[in-house]
Amino acid sequence: MDIVELSRLQFAITALYHFLFVPLTIGLSVLLGIMETVYVMTGRPIWRDLVKFWGVLFGINFAMGVATGITMEFQFGTNWAYYSHYVGDVFGAPLAIEGLMAFFLEATFVGLFFFAWDRLSRVQHLFATWTLALGTNLSALWILIANGWMQYPVGARFNVDTMRMEVSDFMAVLFNPVAQAKFVHTVSAGYVTGSVFVLAVSAYYLLRGRHVEFAKRSMTVAASFGIASALSVVVLGDESGYTAGQNQKMKIAAIEAMWNTEPAPASFTVVGLPDLATHTTLYQVKVPWVLGLIATRSVDTPVPGINELVGLAHDRIKNGLIAYETILAIRKAPHDAALRAKLDAHVTDLGYALLLKRQRGDIENATEAQIAQAASSTIPNVPVLFWAFRFMVGFGLWFIALFALAFWLSAKRRLDRHRLFLWAALLSLPLPWLASELGWIVAEYGRQPWAVEDVLPTFLGVSSTDPGNVLFSLIGFVVFYSALLGADLYLLQKYIRLGPDATLGTKEVAA
Amino acid sequence: MSEYEILRLIWWALLGVLLIGFAIMDGFDLGTAALLPFVARSDVERRVAINTVGPVWEGNQVWFILGGGAIFAAWPALYAASFSGFYLAMILVLATLILRPVGFKFRSKVEDARWRAFWDYALFSGGIVPALVFGVAFGNLFEGVPFGFDADLRFHSTITLLSLLNPFALLCGLVSLSMIVLHGAVWLNLKTTGTVKARAAAVVPFAALVFALLFALAGIWVSQLDGLRIVSALAHDAPSNPLMKTVARAAGGWFANFAAHPALWLTVATAYLGAVMAVVLRRQPGLAFIASALVPLGTIATAGAALFPFLLPSSSEPNASLTVWDASSSRLTLAVMLGVVVLLLPVVLAYTAWVYRVMRGPVRPEDVASKTAY
Repeated sequence: MDIVELSRLQFAITALYHFLFVPLTIGLSVLLGIMETVYVMTGRPIWRDLVKFWGVLFGINFAMGVATGITMEFQFGTNWAYYSHYVGDVFGAPLAIEGLMAFFLEATFVGLFFFAWDRLSRVQHLFATWTLALGTNLSALWILIANGWMQYPVGARFNVDTMRMEVSDFMAVLFNPVAQAKFVHTVSAGYVTGSVFVLAVSAYYLLRGRHVEFAKRSMTVAASFGIASALSVVVLGDESGYTAGQNQKMKIAAIEAMWNTEPAPASFTVVGLPDLATHTTLYQVKVPWVLGLIATRSVDTPVPGINELVGLAHDRIKNGLIAYETILAIRKAPHDAALRAKLDAHVTDLGYALLLKRQRGDIENATEAQIAQAASSTIPNVPVLFWAFRFMVGFGLWFIALFALAFWLSAKRRLDRHRLFLWAALLSLPLPWLASELGWIVAEYGRQPWAVEDVLPTFLGVSSTDPGNVLFSLIGFVVFYSALLGADLYLLQKYIRLGPDATLGTKEVAA
Repeated sequence: MSEYEILRLIWWALLGVLLIGFAIMDGFDLGTAALLPFVARSDVERRVAINTVGPVWEGNQVWFILGGGAIFAAWPALYAASFSGFYLAMILVLATLILRPVGFKFRSKVEDARWRAFWDYALFSGGIVPALVFGVAFGNLFEGVPFGFDADLRFHSTITLLSLLNPFALLCGLVSLSMIVLHGAVWLNLKTTGTVKARAAAVVPFAALVFALLFALAGIWVSQLDGLRIVSALAHDAPSNPLMKTVARAAGGWFANFAAHPALWLTVATAYLGAVMAVVLRRQPGLAFIASALVPLGTIATAGAALFPFLLPSSSEPNASLTVWDASSSRLTLAVMLGVVVLLLPVVLAYTAWVYRVMRGPVRPEDVASKTAY
């Protein structure tokens, strides 16, 4: 494996590991806020025990989220130095604001949440808990503004004097529609994760007839919060699909395994077997109109297929090469205004020309065959995207059904009567994590070959580090994170088995 | 001065504020971890020491994370060059820092001596290694590291982990470690009682003396090193392209700023004043803590004043060295981010102060009996 593949693998693994902990932190923090609000409003001690017990599990998970998150903040610099140089002027800002606005908030108030039960009034402690939840959610906002910019790089332009992208409109970066949709989609997925976690662990107690009052209350909160969140995930997922349909047409086409342009209104392929070699999809089952509605919100706009988009990429590479040649000319004549005007006219396709750098450094001399190869390289891994997307959506729909049932049973006060439901809740425990990880695979693997869509190819972003160093750190992270994950899971199951009474050293108080 | 030049100067100062903030705030909990095996021997003593930082270390570590984010946003070339150039050193620091959140959280969750001893050493290394490596990194700034850029501004270097661990850099690592240990000892003297407090108090004069000697030694050594000087015209509001200047070596050049502006010696004086007062005031631990905070303040300010305007000097291609004038973000990004800092940093400081107020007072052995303690 070369440095590009090693670096990509390391980033993918460390990011996917990190996101094992993030959604539970996001979801549980809000659930803790809700539970503690009930405690402060009713004054019933059982609700305080709820907060404290779920708080213990929250804390174990939170530590892992913080630990694996440290790597993420620095990995752009260590492994993606050219990326950092090329887009740091835009991408660094939301990361810094995330630290200042969100990390300080959550990290400072998490201390009060755990250590200040006896030092604060009830309302003050409730304030600390909600501030912790706010910080956690704000951190998701800023990182998704950063990520949204990679998907849809608005508000920035190329500066030939500094050889990088620079911010031209900060508000456009901030209010990037892709970022907004992704933010709500992602935090909602976190809320679903937290709710499934509480639901499943409570189901485990009810199946064993332990901590019944505790578990039923927990389930009621999880069910009502979960149903709203599960609906929100799907609605905002649809919004993400629409915004991607506007600017990441290749991603949509790959998710659909749609090799040729679908005439309007495009139909949606439910299942099929995409074949990379022949650019066909076998055994397709299609639903008319649906894709057109998702991607274009209309019935008269066609959705372009992969083959057509490769043709477009071919044209854009040629246009981008004019921009690249102009940059070389500007280096020799820095003050030539005509050259700069010419660059401005072609610079939007510069990123496409850079795709050729995978094959040769002097891309201005690229052959027609190399241009064709670079154009084909804009196709992401179709089968992986096709299936990852379908499983993610399938899980999303299952959560709606599960929470709807839980909500109905909770309203009827029959949560503990149906063992089949309890087993379904318990066995659903791993599903939100699978759905989240698949979602990131769709979002990021589907963005390939781009680090920043249409602007900077991924392979170009890597550091010029010795591949041996990256191999070493990659193996180190896998071993190290796996050991930590083992300790994390051991502690979580230990405290779940112990249950609230033994963990908190309290007697359960019947309400 | 143009607006861009002023913004670059402000962001250079803010870079210092962040590093100093990190060294002061995270410094005492790194120092506490570094002292853990020495000042706290029994399990209860260990838990007392750990719980002095338990509620606050997490917020402190954000100074480090924010440092990374702010360098990325304001000095992207520095972020790219230093972290990829110092690759293995950085990975080593990250690995030990990753152990801290889990170490604090997991340690006392299992009643098993080996489990706890393992996490104690994890926390210990999470205190020692970052303190050493950050000092080593600063040392390498004075010596310069071998790197350059191609015409597309792609960074390349021949830095290895072994080349970073040279004698002068290791000396700087020990300067950093002694300053962190001093700060941690003063903190434990403030926040504990009984044996732990007594042992921590005994460390204070020792750590202060070691710091004072090593800091002086490092200064003498620096006077023997080649400094760098920009010899071509370089507009202070030029586009950030580090290949547009000529840089020459100058014997003892890192003292040039001090020669030109003798007032800069105040930074050195601040570090020494802090070390002395930390010892003198050790019976008033609150004041001593303020004094020992002056040590990282003075030390980092000294390094910054000596290196200015250089951020990352190159030994192999001095012309490619990163400076305040050619390694920053665009004017707009610096301006927007300055607004964000002005708006948010006071809020952060205010609620951080409130949290310290809530958690004020020493941690006693009986406090760690509770199930929620670390």
